[in-house]
Amino acid sequence: MTELRYLAPNSLDEAIKAFVAAGSAGRILAGGTDLLVQMRAGVVKPGLIVDIKKISEMTTIEETADGGFRVGAAVSGMALHDHPRFGKVWPGVLEAVNLIGSKQVQGRASAGGNLCNGSPAGDSVPAMVAAGAIVTIQGPDGRRELPVEQVPAGPGRTNLKPGEIVVSFALPPRPKGSSDAYLRMIPRTEMDIAVVGLGVSLTLKDGVCTAARVGLGAVAPTVLLVESAARALIGSKLDDAALNAAAAACSAACRPIDDKRGTIAYRTKVAGVLLKRTTAIAAKRAEGN
Amino acid sequence: MNVVTNNKWIGQRTIRPDGMDKVTGRAQFAADTNMPGMIWGKVLRSPHAHARIKSINTAKAEALPGVKAVVTARDIVDFTIEKGAVMLGIQDMRWMCRNVMAREKALFPGHPVAAVAATSEAIAAEACKLIEVDYEVLPFVIEIEDAIKPDAPILHEFNKFEGKPSNIAGRLEHKKGDIAEGFKKADIVIERTFTTRPVHQGYIEPHACLISVTPDGKTTIWSSSQGQFMVRAMTSLLTGIPQSDIRAIPAEIGGGFGGKTIVYLEPLATILAKKSGRPVKMVMTREEVMRATGPTSGSKSTVKIGATRDGKIVAAHGTFYLQAGALPGSPIRGAAGCSFTPYDIPNLLSEGYDVCSNRSKVAAYRAPGAPIGAYAVECVLDEVAEALKMDPLDFRLKNAAREGVKAAHGPTFPRIGYIETLEAARQSDHYKAPLGKLPGKLQGRGVASGFWFNAGGESSAQVNITEDGNVVVTTGHPDIGGSRAGIANICAELLGIDYRRVSVIIGDTQTIGFSNLTGGSRVLFASSIVVTQSTEQIIKTLRERAAKIWEIDPEAVKWEDGAAHPVSPNAGQFPPLTLKDLAEKAPAMGGPIGAGVQLNTQGADGGFGTHICDVEVDVDLGIARVIRYTAVQDVGRAIHPGYVEGQLQGGVAQGIGWALNEEYIYTKEGKVDNPGFLDYRMPVCSDLPMIDCIMVEVPNPKHPQGVKGVGEVPLVPVMAAVANAIYNALGKRFYSLPMSPPKVLEVIDTPAPRQAAE
Ligand SMILES: Cc1cc2nc3c(=O)[nH]c(=O)nc-3n(C[C@H](O)[C@H](O)[C@H](O)COP(=O)(O)OP(=O)(O)OC[C@H]3O[C@@H](n4cnc5c(N)ncnc54)[C@H](O)[C@@H]3O)c2cc1C
Repeated sequence: MTELRYLAPNSLDEAIKAFVAAGSAGRILAGGTDLLVQMRAGVVKPGLIVDIKKISEMTTIEETADGGFRVGAAVSGMALHDHPRFGKVWPGVLEAVNLIGSKQVQGRASAGGNLCNGSPAGDSVPAMVAAGAIVTIQGPDGRRELPVEQVPAGPGRTNLKPGEIVVSFALPPRPKGSSDAYLRMIPRTEMDIAVVGLGVSLTLKDGVCTAARVGLGAVAPTVLLVESAARALIGSKLDDAALNAAAAACSAACRPIDDKRGTIAYRTKVAGVLLKRTTAIAAKRAEGN
Repeated sequence: MNVVTNNKWIGQRTIRPDGMDKVTGRAQFAADTNMPGMIWGKVLRSPHAHARIKSINTAKAEALPGVKAVVTARDIVDFTIEKGAVMLGIQDMRWMCRNVMAREKALFPGHPVAAVAATSEAIAAEACKLIEVDYEVLPFVIEIEDAIKPDAPILHEFNKFEGKPSNIAGRLEHKKGDIAEGFKKADIVIERTFTTRPVHQGYIEPHACLISVTPDGKTTIWSSSQGQFMVRAMTSLLTGIPQSDIRAIPAEIGGGFGGKTIVYLEPLATILAKKSGRPVKMVMTREEVMRATGPTSGSKSTVKIGATRDGKIVAAHGTFYLQAGALPGSPIRGAAGCSFTPYDIPNLLSEGYDVCSNRSKVAAYRAPGAPIGAYAVECVLDEVAEALKMDPLDFRLKNAAREGVKAAHGPTFPRIGYIETLEAARQSDHYKAPLGKLPGKLQGRGVASGFWFNAGGESSAQVNITEDGNVVVTTGHPDIGGSRAGIANICAELLGIDYRRVSVIIGDTQTIGFSNLTGGSRVLFASSIVVTQSTEQIIKTLRERAAKIWEIDPEAVKWEDGAAHPVSPNAGQFPPLTLKDLAEKAPAMGGPIGAGVQLNTQGADGGFGTHICDVEVDVDLGIARVIRYTAVQDVGRAIHPGYVEGQLQGGVAQGIGWALNEEYIYTKEGKVDNPGFLDYRMPVCSDLPMIDCIMVEVPNPKHPQGVKGVGEVPLVPVMAAVANAIYNALGKRFYSLPMSPPKVLEVIDTPAPRQAAE
């Protein structure tokens, strides 16, 4: 029987050293709400678990001087919820993170875990993509940065190199008239996995959309940045024609599969419906900013 | 309505005896028991849907360090096909022995083929992988339509239908009048075909047991079930150990809903324990529960109903095909027997077909078969009412069964409460309330009714007065719906003492007399009869003791408010003797006070319910949500109203899941693709509105407290009520379950050709 070791280092360097040394047997533990479930199911059998929750950079939320945010990869959903300012500036990212699981899960689950788990249906990922989050990664060869949409490589896979850990998410400062929103379609009302998830971030000036980003989840092997949908919104007053064009762009971007969670036809249609609904919420929020 | 108001405890929402333990996490469920020296059992399961087992080699597994015992079908008593049926209740042991361990063939993915006990779970799991099974893989069949085709792969060659090997393992029919003549009189006839998917009982506690067998063969079983006596009897039959040597101790049960009326693990763990000489614990994973236990049947039903223009049903014909799974025994009796029973239909033919297929063997699920049948019948009734331009409740009222009507399945009804449920539904605030309007959403309302047989049967009770003058009641039924609280109310009422002075416990098989399964909504009905008779004997003893002390005639003593009193001043002037006084004096006055009664109880009356459901459909996403729900039921007499409401609400919650999202999904290889609660979507709290209950009380005259079973009826009408509400919202009918979002959206988006009325 294989032995399981557990480490909870205080520094990133120590964590990376141990993680590198363990090779493919090593696993990072943030909230554990994916990892422990997978271990129980016998899907993964790590030899070493490196718990990153004792590393302060990974568990803090920092408002940067320029008005952006830096969110540690292991910050729990509840901690993000309790931050006095974050939800005002990034209500869409916050609602996406807070949709993960239940109250109990929220006390543990992190956006970093959600991203690194590599599920195309992870709820926080489309919202982070829409927000234009930049991920800081540290590994044996030092630090690098990646746009969040470039982290997932396919179901259960990321573009992280051996020994690399996601450290934090950087969210840019917000111009006036900006906001975001996230919606997902699930058959139940909670404790479910997104059949389609969609995040929109936009900026309005005198009723005209001057900037937009759309992130779309659960309809392809990875979460998608749908630039064609954003282009349809930018320059418009979010009128029906623009919304229909953006919705069509989202449906066109879908490369879903028929599976136990939804059919191709259903997911394709729902992507468009969610685009319209999410954009409406983001726009309403932006008008107040 | 006949509401009894002069009771002190009957009808009160007393504090449930198991409540504190459950909310504090102290309750002992089956997996909570451990023993020194205990080892772990694991089951090796078939990866194939259908395969002949040519050989099994366990040598490598047995050689693995830490492995203490291995079992295969050879270790289990064989009930051969040739020798014919050996029945235990409704279970044929020929099928049970093949269900707990595959014998000639593996019949579904997850079918046990061997089991191992080892010093750790991990070693046991490792050992399972070392067992070599030589399978001859055979073509398989899962869905009913495929299984009844002439060229379908046959699961059991010995099973013949109409002279040929077939997957149809049985047929039953209930008949009344002549349907051909009846349909001739009809002005309108509607015939529809419906399908439902297999759904699991969804109990939260997985099957688990701990079993110890001493060298002299004395066997102790700790397990969670709906009947410790069933556990003892089945284990005895499958292992050859006599019942007198098996003590089955019931654990607190974490849900059963019918699914724990048969055994899976106990015979295996018993043999593993016997072979190894060590206590053996086995706990299923959720995945094992989903793959290899339950669920109920998937179904295909055709229902044809004819009515005259003035709204009288003149003929009906129902054909219900139900999946039995790997071995015969689907609940066709519930489907064919219950579905038309709320109605007085002069010409009726109701047929059930039991269809074997390569999925796990069906297990009972709350009113087994009845919800499947009612779904089809109550949806067609809705269409007939619509075609006649009648209110659906009025249409049901016009055809409702009442006292004196002969049901097609046999009995002539005594005083029943079906009409009362319809009237209460019609007068409810819910039925009178207008539906709301929101952009992008459509609301609709539907109604449906349902019936379940209910049951009596064997029960035993022992009631003892403690030395300090309190009461301990022991019964033999696992409490899955509030029987302990109900019994405490009844016993306290009879004795005239505070209910907190009555402790109700569930005995094990060697300390209380035989008591049949907790199933069929029988437990409070049956056990309150034996408890009442026991308590009455005790009261008689108490009166005799007081008479002896006062030196007067026992007839001159009455029992009231927890004490003996002279019946009148003429009988003598004595201060009352309380239960406590008489308990203290017991040693000198003839010894301990207690009484036990054992009976095969009779006189259970069927139960009827009528439900009202409001849905709201998001027409762009296809999501249907139940936004208001009222369950009306004739509950006989609500001994503990809180628990009765709990039964109604629980049944409705399960039915809403069945209607909207729950279903077994299979891969191309015939494996269950959603064996967990993430993708097998039972409703969560936030999916449901508060479920309102209207309890109609038409007491059962054959029961001392008027009790009728209440636990199963509430699941029966639900799927039809939801389906009828969705039709009312969308103007489109659904003929299959679940009405999940992709399916609803598809129907909204494509103008489906409607099945036309004749
Ligand atoms: C009951 C329940 C409900 C759930 N509901 C939802 C839901 O609604 N929506 C949803 O999207 N998810 C849901 N999940 C899945 C899970 O909760 C989320 O994916 C969560 O965000 C994972 O975060 P975590 O911190 O617990 O990750 P962990 O389990 O700790 O880690 C997940 C994976 O990422 C790796 N990892 C974690 N952090 C890092 C890092 N910083 N760098 C590199 N690798 C890392 C781990 O090694 C592991 O492979 C649910 C889970 C449960 C148990």
